[in-house]
Amino acid sequence: MTEIGAFFAMGGYAGFVWSAYAIALAILGGLSVYSWRRYRDSIAALERLQQDLGRRR
Amino acid sequence: MINWLANPARFMRLSAKAVPWCSWTAVLVLAVGLFWSLMVAPPDYQQGDTVRIMYVHVPAAWMALSVYLFVAVASAVALVWRHPLAEVAARAAAPIGAAFTFVCLATGSLWGRPMWGTWWVWDARLTSVLILFFLYLGYIALANAFDDPSRGGRAAAVLALVGVVNLPIIKFSVDWWNTLHQPASVMRIGGPRIDISMLAPLLIMALGFTLLFAVLLMVRMRTALNERRAMALRLNAGAIPAPRPGREPVVSANTVVP
Repeated sequence: MTEIGAFFAMGGYAGFVWSAYAIALAILGGLSVYSWRRYRDSIAALERLQQDLGRRR
Repeated sequence: MINWLANPARFMRLSAKAVPWCSWTAVLVLAVGLFWSLMVAPPDYQQGDTVRIMYVHVPAAWMALSVYLFVAVASAVALVWRHPLAEVAARAAAPIGAAFTFVCLATGSLWGRPMWGTWWVWDARLTSVLILFFLYLGYIALANAFDDPSRGGRAAAVLALVGVVNLPIIKFSVDWWNTLHQPASVMRIGGPRIDISMLAPLLIMALGFTLLFAVLLMVRMRTALNERRAMALRLNAGAIPAPRPGREPVVSANTVVP
């Protein structure tokens, strides 16, 4: 087996090892993306509101 | 230090600078940690390459416990001193802790199947961590259950404090009861009982997870403070409160459209 093939095979435990890393990435990455998007939205909403209120005065 | 930081305006100023720095450090540390865990660290002489699951599983477990402690302490501060930032911090941290707990449970299951021959057993360690996950979910549900956020915050804070009793149960479950789970091998009296070639990537991943927690906590707290500020502006202006950010306004079949 090639070296890269051996790396992905994980000594025959590929399914378990890679699934574990994939789940961790999906959960923590997903939470990061969600938190960041919501953060951007909160900034945009606040700026819109401040502009609206500024115009009304 | 905490008192000095516990001022929303000051927190916003400081975290604006800290978020980019911590983010890039977290990315760097996690990249090094992943490379070390997957490529450099040796396979275990008994467990083979499944031992690599440890580098995600164990730091996630540590985070699950320490984030819960953070939520509990912040809740106590919020209940006793009514600090403006404490409740925001506890609410922001709870979903991060729940995510780490889920990662811990899922990776543990994927490690248990090849090594113990089962995905799950109802033993003390696994069950107490599952209860920790439900405590997180209960906290999140309760914190958002009331229209008046401060009521939900207080109820959730009490739940967080009661749940603290679960933390020593998790930590010492492997000593108090017979369990499939191995006893502590890093945080034990007498020092770690694990080779440096495996301890190093483990600690790097733990540092990476801690940095990730710090970044997510700050970002989520900033989001909450932005949303509160927007709400206050709307109320001051006498406008109708807009739907909460991140959610679409609900138009049901019963809504009368003029």
